[in-house]
Amino acid sequence: MPQTFAEKILAKKAGLSHTVPGQIVDITPDVALSHDNTAPIYGIFKEMGGQRVFDPKMHAVFIDHAAPAPTTKHAENHRIIRDFVREQGIENFFDVGRGICHQVLVEEGLALPGEVVLGSDSHSPHAGVMGAFGAGIGRSEMASIWAVGSLWLRVPESMKIAVNGQFNPGVTAKDLALKVIDDLGADGALYMSVEWHGEAIRSLDLSQRATLPNMMAEMGAKNSFIPPDQVTLDYLAGRAKRPFELVLPDEDAAYAQSYTYEAAAIEPMVARPHTVDNVMPLSEVAGTRVQQAFLGTCTNGRLEDLAAAAAVLKGRKVSPGTRLLIIPASSQVYLDALRAGYIETFLEAGAAIESPGCGPCMGNHMGVPAVGEVSISTANRNFRGRMGTKESEIYLASPAVVAATAVAGVITHPKDI
Amino acid sequence: MNNIIKGRVWKYGDNVNTDVIFPGKYTYTVSDPKEMPQYALEDLDPKFANEMQPGDIIIGGTNWGCGSSREQAVVCLSQANLGAIVAKSFARIYYRNCLNNALPALPCPKAVDAIQNGETIEVDLAAGEIRCAAGTFNFPPLPDAVMDIFEAGGLIEYTRAKLEKERV
Repeated sequence: MPQTFAEKILAKKAGLSHTVPGQIVDITPDVALSHDNTAPIYGIFKEMGGQRVFDPKMHAVFIDHAAPAPTTKHAENHRIIRDFVREQGIENFFDVGRGICHQVLVEEGLALPGEVVLGSDSHSPHAGVMGAFGAGIGRSEMASIWAVGSLWLRVPESMKIAVNGQFNPGVTAKDLALKVIDDLGADGALYMSVEWHGEAIRSLDLSQRATLPNMMAEMGAKNSFIPPDQVTLDYLAGRAKRPFELVLPDEDAAYAQSYTYEAAAIEPMVARPHTVDNVMPLSEVAGTRVQQAFLGTCTNGRLEDLAAAAAVLKGRKVSPGTRLLIIPASSQVYLDALRAGYIETFLEAGAAIESPGCGPCMGNHMGVPAVGEVSISTANRNFRGRMGTKESEIYLASPAVVAATAVAGVITHPKDI
Repeated sequence: MNNIIKGRVWKYGDNVNTDVIFPGKYTYTVSDPKEMPQYALEDLDPKFANEMQPGDIIIGGTNWGCGSSREQAVVCLSQANLGAIVAKSFARIYYRNCLNNALPALPCPKAVDAIQNGETIEVDLAAGEIRCAAGTFNFPPLPDAVMDIFEAGGLIEYTRAKLEKERV
């Protein structure tokens, strides 16, 4: 019987010929991703009676959420993680400075087509950019995987989003993601597998493609999938850590919901405080005064994102009264941006550049806002209190819009500076 | 497992996210589960942590618990001995975290519309019933495959028992 991506890959991993939505299957993931929460998960693992992890090769461990450590307590947390990976013989460990887990997993050739990535992080659907099944789970669930090697998953219903044609210049995957979240709502894909199809998706580079599954967490999705193509395979050549097999949905698979978008009809979009589905066209929020502009995160902290911002900032200065924070998503992105001259452009413009990691995205450190301040960010969440104080506001937009806003001091279209 | 839960209702709206249930700034500084209840709903309802009583019941709208996967957003409530959460729908990781911490998470849109903030209601887990001033409402039973985890008292206890069995 014809199957969607989720139905097919979960059947394959469970050793079944097919699965149907609602079915519960027991899965051994190819990758078990954990970050700073590795330390508390290790505590739960021991509480469960765990001694040796089920398979050290399954693990990918990152220190990115509060890295480098802002307090002694955070540093203690990091130390527990280093002890854990040494004790358990975990090789895929990426310490302070390497970057954000979802980005580094891709760069390291550990997010592979036809594989299952379970992560104790809600943006784990990100791995779908490479044609993997990525889903977020809780800490206890991750500890249980470490102990027994498997976890139950419910086979999700599938949603198909087809995007035809070509995007207009200056319109990005971020704008498409915000448009879709605006249309379908914060629970529009609750428990679902969201597949992206169509010419406009195929025309995007991997960096922009990654923004789509990353942001589907904000629509409630379990996972999100972009069909691997030659672009994907070229990127993985010489990079993939092990052989892999593509899993593609069948042409005539049955989808619970299907939507079609015309890329040319998408315009720059901005999410307003305090929910990701509170979206307006950029033109309608332009002029809003902003004290802090933040370029980075797993959503939009890649080289192409920095390039878009550098194009706006070249020869310009950040507005007095506004701060611009730039955090490359990984050390590789940082190095590439340095070689391309973007870092020089950013420093000349007056930006502050921080070490790769999640930065202030969830309010830990490296540029949290003051009470009453307004931020614009390339991140994926703008919930009240997200960046540290509930008495502040967060707008979400694409890298070029964030850069233009830093220059103008008010939310601005890049063509208007 | 206590089959009858009776408590005061704390009613909230749609899309309540984990950042307001348990703020991100505490995720790597508050690690002892017993310390978590004092921060519960800090950025949603500052009165809640001080005033809630064991057995009380949260009523949420659609997509309760959206956002981060942080399990502390469930543990801060289960450690406070919250009786149950009844919502129109749950974000999926939050729902899983509830089951894995043996905190009843019950999708029941009709009950949510009928129940008033502050009233005392009764949840009968065995009968699958919510009894409130406006009447009685039914919720679907837990999937069989996860009932074992729930009945073991949560995933930690369930996995511990499984590991012990393997070692015998």
